[in-house]
Amino acid sequence: MTTATPPRTGPRDGLGSSADRPDGVPKTTGAFAFSSDLVADGMLWGRTLRSPHASARIRRIDASAALAMDGVAAVVTAADVPGRPVYGLEHADQPVFAADVVRYQGEPIAAVAAVHPELALRATQAIVVDYEVTDPVTDPEAAISAPPLHPDGNVFRHIALRHGDVDARGEVVVEGGYQVGMQDQAFLGPESGLAIPAADGGVDLFISTQWLHVDRDQVAACLGLPPDKVRLSLAGVGGAFGAREDVSLQVHVCLLALRTGRPVKMLYSREESFFGHVHRHPARMTYRHHATRAGDLVKVEARLVLDGGAYASSSTAVIANATCFSAGPYHVPNAVIDGWVVRTNNPPCGAMRGFGVVQACFAHEAQMDKLAAALGMDPVELRLRNALEPGDELITGQVITGTAPVREVIAAAAARDLPAEPAAADDPLLLPGGAGLTAQRRDVRRGVGFAVGFKNLMYSEGFDDSSTAAVRLEVGADGAPLATVRCAAAEVGQGFVTLAQQIVRSELGVEHVLLGQADTSIGSAGSTSASRQTWMSGGAVQLAARAVRAVLEERAARRDASVDAVALVDLLADGPVEEVRTHHHAPTDRLDERGQGSAHVSFAFAAHRAVVDVDPELGLVRVVQIATGQDVGRALNPRSVVGQIEGGIAQGLGLAVMEEIVVDDGVIRNPSFTDYLIPTALDMPVVAATLIEQPEPGAPFGAKGVGEPPTISSTPAIVAAIRDATGLDLTRVPVRPEDIALGGRLT
Amino acid sequence: MSDTATPSVAYTLVVNGREHAVASAWLGESLLYVLRERLGLPGSKNACDQGECGSCSVTLDGVLVCACCVLAADAVGSEVRTVEGVSADADGALSEVQQAFLDTGAVQCGFCTPGLVMAATDLLERRPDADELAIREAISGNLCRCTGYGRILEAIAVACDRRRGRTEARGERT
Repeated sequence: MTTATPPRTGPRDGLGSSADRPDGVPKTTGAFAFSSDLVADGMLWGRTLRSPHASARIRRIDASAALAMDGVAAVVTAADVPGRPVYGLEHADQPVFAADVVRYQGEPIAAVAAVHPELALRATQAIVVDYEVTDPVTDPEAAISAPPLHPDGNVFRHIALRHGDVDARGEVVVEGGYQVGMQDQAFLGPESGLAIPAADGGVDLFISTQWLHVDRDQVAACLGLPPDKVRLSLAGVGGAFGAREDVSLQVHVCLLALRTGRPVKMLYSREESFFGHVHRHPARMTYRHHATRAGDLVKVEARLVLDGGAYASSSTAVIANATCFSAGPYHVPNAVIDGWVVRTNNPPCGAMRGFGVVQACFAHEAQMDKLAAALGMDPVELRLRNALEPGDELITGQVITGTAPVREVIAAAAARDLPAEPAAADDPLLLPGGAGLTAQRRDVRRGVGFAVGFKNLMYSEGFDDSSTAAVRLEVGADGAPLATVRCAAAEVGQGFVTLAQQIVRSELGVEHVLLGQADTSIGSAGSTSASRQTWMSGGAVQLAARAVRAVLEERAARRDASVDAVALVDLLADGPVEEVRTHHHAPTDRLDERGQGSAHVSFAFAAHRAVVDVDPELGLVRVVQIATGQDVGRALNPRSVVGQIEGGIAQGLGLAVMEEIVVDDGVIRNPSFTDYLIPTALDMPVVAATLIEQPEPGAPFGAKGVGEPPTISSTPAIVAAIRDATGLDLTRVPVRPEDIALGGRLT
Repeated sequence: MSDTATPSVAYTLVVNGREHAVASAWLGESLLYVLRERLGLPGSKNACDQGECGSCSVTLDGVLVCACCVLAADAVGSEVRTVEGVSADADGALSEVQQAFLDTGAVQCGFCTPGLVMAATDLLERRPDADELAIREAISGNLCRCTGYGRILEAIAVACDRRRGRTEARGERT
């Protein structure tokens, strides 16, 4: 396997070390400024009025009582949007404010600016909206043929993937139906931003987001301003996980600032956050796997129906992922897959860590276990037997040209020691149900489950999600060389800021590396999503650093010396060096009408083995241990990689046994952290992680993105373990206590 | 909200050993809101507004509480300690807990970090001998969405070890 160019051996805290975060100290002292911490003189507070109905017509909006309140500076509605009335990541179909039709509960109707946040809330409550409530369409299957809920129709996308011999049959056939509930990203830092009107008629927006430039373009279009009059700067981001890919309050807060001529801050409450961003698509999936009696996969047939909710968001890309990866990381010669994503009156769904693959993986891994049982084979053995390897063809016809250590990740997860058997002396907190102290040791059964998954890195289907970075090298105030990196990549917690410093240290041999403000004054870095920033923006920083080095080499050559023979400060005596470079990944193809094409740049793989304790009568589960092997290409900061793996597994555990936005007739029943539970420190098991390092050809430093794979196969591994402990089918996540205790009799 | 009909009040809070005058505040404001928006102490974070996530953890007369669930006017006469007040000395040197969070990679997005620093500081002062389960229990009221808690648990264990080591080096009983 060829290795990407190894970096120079640099000073300490270069690539491969577990360097410290540059923002670590202020984040522990409380001095780090998140977007919700920003203030400005004369600042007003913005607040959104949202529809309580999932489906309605708006007859009339009367804001006069709100406007008459002391301290209320402005009320804006659809009539006040000066530019394009709609926005959207891929298709602009979502109104800035609903004008005549409401398509989901929580859809924005108006926004208010006032001198105090409580007053802003009361002002929204004083706005009178006359709704004619209509019946919502909430069943995605029914929506396919229902009258259109929107002028753009109800089917966001249907992919009919056909690969190989569509009539092929296996000697052994297993079928199943599976469902995935609606998961929330539940980042800790709610949506917030500060908009400041500028003297040139434009606006400066300080915002927590995943992609400054795509926000800028949407905000400018809706405000009717040229893009250079809308300047976005990244404010501290309290987590993202896909929920900050779409515009939330950006247009509203800028409109209020321009309307009032004063700085306006918006900050969602947790409840509003549940309404203010997209969620993971719920899915219904039916599968049929064909195999030979020896255990070789022959064909996979599947029908995937994802509920996109009211507006498109990134649904068309999510269904492409669900479809392309629907068969899992296995050699499958024939496939018939129909992927649908449709519009309903449910909450809009879009990007969340794992992006379509999470749903498919839950189903295909349940199928692999079912097939293993039908064949009388060990489930791990069946996976090893069918594992993809380099040079194999995917069900899209794409040939894997990079690394594909599927057998290695499986073997690594399977090789970890199992945890100690439960003992009578164990603390009762360790029983299923924990602090509730309801389970008894004698009732508890242990189970073990296994799952494997894979996902694309970077954007797919012909999209050039390039990234631009600048590196400047000069003599600092202390007389030592000082490098400064500028890049619009959104640091959302993942550690790109650490990595950018490590890259420059290793490439240029400079210890002091500063990071400039991420804003729209430099070119786009693309989104912090799709496990892509290490590859894309890391690659851009590398290119810019190498361009700086090339200038240094020229300067050294003029001195008839090699660059390493002259002190950097001497080379910099001629003046600072600054270079800007844009990094593109290898081009990809669109999928054709049969869902075929080399649509993806690269793939990352992971396997998970879960051990659980279950009280079958109470339906309570405790996850005891997760062992994982993950394909990382190369670990550029091992501590950060482990942090991504553990954090991703926590979200996978949440989907397996805890997390679901309960939607009833289009209405969210649990928009709070009291009723939407995410894992605590008592819910998370010990994670035993093995990093598989096979440098990826074509990847900067050989590194693959690591954020998403932990979230993909951890969920099915946990559910497989619960099946092992209980003997139940468990075809739906999250697995609820009643699903276990009533053995499927309720659902 | 002084320019509305809502009653406003003036009071004094003691935060991190300093007196802070609060003038003309709405009586309904939480301690979290007053710390963040009136006293310029935004280290305590706002993530759930209902005492579920621990991001706004502070101590009130030495008791760990969620500042979002305390009325600011109710904190009059109490000693409030926030993340801005836990550094090791007057120059702002990092505390054992803060240093351990950095050393172990316990910080990602950092939104939960101030609350966890407060919860861990409270644990360290009460139970420097805490084992892993006791640490998990102590921080189970602090939600983190980035880390899966693995490095946070390591950080607190390291801080406990260092505290015990320091105490033993001084020849004191733990």
